[in-house]
Amino acid sequence: MWIAAWWAVTALQLIDPLFLPSPGAVVRRFGMWLRDGGLLQDAGISIFRVTAGFLLSAAIALPLGLVIGAYRPVRAFFEPLLEFARYLPAVAFVPMVLLWAGIGESSKILVIWIGTFFQMVIMLSEDVGRVPTPQVETARTLGASGREVVILVLLRSAMPAMFDTLRITLGWAWTYLVVAELVAANSGLGYAILKAQRFLQTDRIFVGIIVIGLIGLGTDQALRWLHRRLFPWAGARP
Amino acid sequence: MNQTLIVQALCKWFTATEGRFDALCDISFGVGAGEFVAIVGASGCGKSTLLRIIAGLEQPSSGAVLVDQRAITGPGCDRAMVFQDYSLYPWLTVLENIRFSLRLRSGFRAADSAPAQSVAERAVLLMELMGLTRVRNAHPHELSGGMRQRVAIARALLRKPQLLLMDEPFGALDAQTREVMHDLILHIVALERPTIVFVTHDVEEAVYLADRVIVLAPGPGRIDSVWPIGLSPALERTQDLKRSAAFLAAAREILDRIRATSGLQSDLDALRRLTGHAMRAVTPVM
Repeated sequence: MWIAAWWAVTALQLIDPLFLPSPGAVVRRFGMWLRDGGLLQDAGISIFRVTAGFLLSAAIALPLGLVIGAYRPVRAFFEPLLEFARYLPAVAFVPMVLLWAGIGESSKILVIWIGTFFQMVIMLSEDVGRVPTPQVETARTLGASGREVVILVLLRSAMPAMFDTLRITLGWAWTYLVVAELVAANSGLGYAILKAQRFLQTDRIFVGIIVIGLIGLGTDQALRWLHRRLFPWAGARP
Repeated sequence: MNQTLIVQALCKWFTATEGRFDALCDISFGVGAGEFVAIVGASGCGKSTLLRIIAGLEQPSSGAVLVDQRAITGPGCDRAMVFQDYSLYPWLTVLENIRFSLRLRSGFRAADSAPAQSVAERAVLLMELMGLTRVRNAHPHELSGGMRQRVAIARALLRKPQLLLMDEPFGALDAQTREVMHDLILHIVALERPTIVFVTHDVEEAVYLADRVIVLAPGPGRIDSVWPIGLSPALERTQDLKRSAAFLAAAREILDRIRATSGLQSDLDALRRLTGHAMRAVTPVM
């Protein structure tokens, strides 16, 4: 229906095609971009950067979030730093990132990392904090040690919520990709969009946006499906 | 009598901005082996706090709690606790929940612990006793509230704890389910002779189940009175007992004590004054 409306608006020439290209033009551009091999290459390099930045964030944030959520002193130690860091605009770090990491792949991955990591740690630690107290206290009265409570109860209980947090932050990683590809990139979907902007190729911009949208939608649906498979007991309150 | 639990001059206070708030003041009592003690009292009398201190989940400000002559320092598998709700592990099945403590190392460290094999057999036995065999592979979210509490009780009983602590375990259940659970508890009492401390706000429940009822009074929480309940042996109690003169008299006396200590009377006076004002205000002027 939305596509029909889009087509109608452009077909009636209500809007200058420079501002809103027709669906036909976008599809043609998609075909051209796909055939010259550039699209798959751009999409591939972008997926690689997002995945690398996201996995790097998750690899550090998962254990750190668990420990912060589980132990009050650790939380007290890290919380001020994290609350400060998550307001730091990742975009503003771009010049510093260039200085630190040069113009290679690591600089783009670093921007995505800065954009997602701090939010991720805070959200994950809150997931752990939301585990119902009786679940923890029951384990303790059954003789569980502190470590057993963390591994057998907190981690296990918070897992579905943590998985959801990762799914949501993966979406943010795509947002920071475009920012990251501002950093002297010469490939990738974000770079392609920026280059198209320079030449006022709005249909190309639309293809780029739609491809990013479709990749995001696809991974999101896949992760939701995986969530239902892994945690069939979640969703319904126990 | 052989005392399983001894609470000695226990006090608990919290430091608030307005100064010290006394939650519990000079609580002393003992519970014999195999005895069923219920603690009742108006809301705010600290009965749940008392139970949590006995469980080791909170520290007393002064005084001591002794289990089998040993002062407790924190939670341990000798004192299992059943909570009102949200205590089951939703990712585990019914049988896995009951067997949860088998995953913990602490149970095997204890010198007198039974071998894992016999504990596993006991888990199946408890599951049958609780009428959970049919749902053994179900997850908690598929169960009714009553069934969930059966799982929680079976899980707590698995290691034969010296002390079973129950914090309003049936508070979230409807009246009919609660009656079924009462009779189930009485059967377990007859079968296993566990030592139980049971906190509830339901006086009838306390009189029906317990050998002894302790009334706590609020502000600060202290023992107001202790009521031995000499009803019939556990297995001979039926729902008919709740209509007998002896039962009703005991329940009424205890309820009167709670009312007398709760400060509810003054609330009622305030309400009467308010309605009095309102009545005058709405009376049409002739």
